Amino acid sequence: MKVMLSTTVNGEQVQEAVLPRTSLADFLREDLGLTGTHLGCEMGACGACLVLMDGVPVHACLVLAVQAEGSTIETIEGLNETGAAADLQARFHDRNALQCGFCTNGMLMSAQALLEANPAPTRDEIRDALSGNYCRCTGYEAIVDAIDTTARDRAARTEAAK
Amino acid sequence: MKLPSFEFLRARSLAEAWALHSDAGGDAVYLSGGHSVVPSMALRLQAPSRLIDISQIAELHGVELQGDALRIGAMTRHAEVLANPLIARHAPLLSRAAPHVAHPAIRNRGTIGGNLALADPASEFPAAVLAMRAELEVMGPEGQRMIAADDFFLDLYETALIPGEVLTAIHVPLPPEGRMFGFDEIARRRGDYAMVGVAAQADLSDGVVSDASVTLFSVGVTPMRATAAQDALKGAPLSTDSIARAQAALATDLDPPDDPGFPAERRLQLARVLLGRVLTRMEAVQ
Ligand SMILES: Cc1cc2nc3c(=O)[nH]c(=O)nc-3n(C[C@H](O)[C@H](O)[C@H](O)COP(=O)(O)OP(=O)(O)OC[C@H]3O[C@@H](n4cnc5c(N)ncnc54)[C@H](O)[C@@H]3O)c2cc1C
Ligand code: FES
Ligand code: FES
Repeated sequence: MKVMLSTTVNGEQVQEAVLPRTSLADFLREDLGLTGTHLGCEMGACGACLVLMDGVPVHACLVLAVQAEGSTIETIEGLNETGAAADLQARFHDRNALQCGFCTNGMLMSAQALLEANPAPTRDEIRDALSGNYCRCTGYEAIVDAIDTTARDRAARTEAAK
Repeated sequence: MKLPSFEFLRARSLAEAWALHSDAGGDAVYLSGGHSVVPSMALRLQAPSRLIDISQIAELHGVELQGDALRIGAMTRHAEVLANPLIARHAPLLSRAAPHVAHPAIRNRGTIGGNLALADPASEFPAAVLAMRAELEVMGPEGQRMIAADDFFLDLYETALIPGEVLTAIHVPLPPEGRMFGFDEIARRRGDYAMVGVAAQADLSDGVVSDASVTLFSVGVTPMRATAAQDALKGAPLSTDSIARAQAALATDLDPPDDPGFPAERRLQLARVLLGRVLTRMEAVQ
């Protein structure tokens, strides 16, 4: 039996009937066509499906869509629209921090949430924040570089704005 | 993998949760953070016909001082356990355990109540509540029960909870001034389950250990209290000698499983090394 779900996705109010067995990831991808949220393992191990739920990263494969009732979801499409992570995306590009790109959206979600909570992370803290994100192509050095550089850029911009 | 079909119901009160549970004739599972239930259903390890979401029930929320204990609501998420100042002050073994529990995104959803109710022997919080001699507040249609952590973990994924009962909170007795705490684990990768882990606390009186509480996890079917190691520490100053005695005593306390690729002897050896590290760090700050 379908259940009515109302939630906010990338700033828009969404009302849909969903089957309880539908994961938030499948709901975003199939019902809303937001395919930037990737699915790898579907058991919480790879981090490809990370989205922001009420401002913090969660695995969309491990959250049932019905559990998102009343919450606010932000996907990579939302970050693209607002431009909130444009600088981070540019650094991933500059530093060759992606190859196939399958993991990248999840990496960006972790990185964006880390920098919000901790604007000046050490490289160890960056690695720790990425411990639940698998990349099967690049190795992590370039990814850590991209996040580290973005943190410095943002700090410099804040300083300059003072 | 996709989940099998089930019915999803949200309980607004404990009474409603019990009614929805008994109504399903035992074929129902409570849902808190869902970070163990959902993957286990995806893997077809279980296929209950009903999931009862208990996350909105008021009694399961909040962290507050109540008399001589800190009451931690079962719905407190791992990330909150990590960040809460009352927990850091009065139940530091939990704050020290939290960074070792999974990855940041999982900590944003997983709850301490779900974690304890699941009772994974490689999990960090069960060992921490055992070492702190916490009491678990449990409510069922018959009323409230307080269960000592020592009596809660019965077997592999088996607790003293009666089907339908809800774990509502953890009560941690407030520590006396000067209590020492130690926590660490050895894992293959940051955020992975422990190969072996230790949670310990000790009190000194006139420079002598008057009380010690040592638990190990990932060494058997439940988290375990190391009573011989505790006794070896008591009545002497915490020193290289007493630490060596506690390490030796672990052979009496533990009978680890013999896994292919991870022999019992090696696990015991790792437990000794880790216990030595944890106690030495406690000695250094005393
Ligand atoms: C990739 C991954 C890695 C992980 N790594 C670790 C790790 O290193 N260490 C670790 O400890 N854990 C780890 N976990 C498990 C994680 O901590 C779980 O979230 C937690 O064990 C279960 O909490 P939950 O709130 O998600 O419970 P749920 O999945 O909602 O429930 C778990 C079980 O407890 C029951 N239950 C839940 N709440 C209650 C309650 N209040 N009263 C009675 N019964 C209840 C449920 O019915 C179910 O049987 C990992 C999980 C994943 C997916
Ligand atoms: S698809 Fe969700 S963590 Fe891998
Ligand atoms: S770039 Fe291919 S998985 Fe990371």
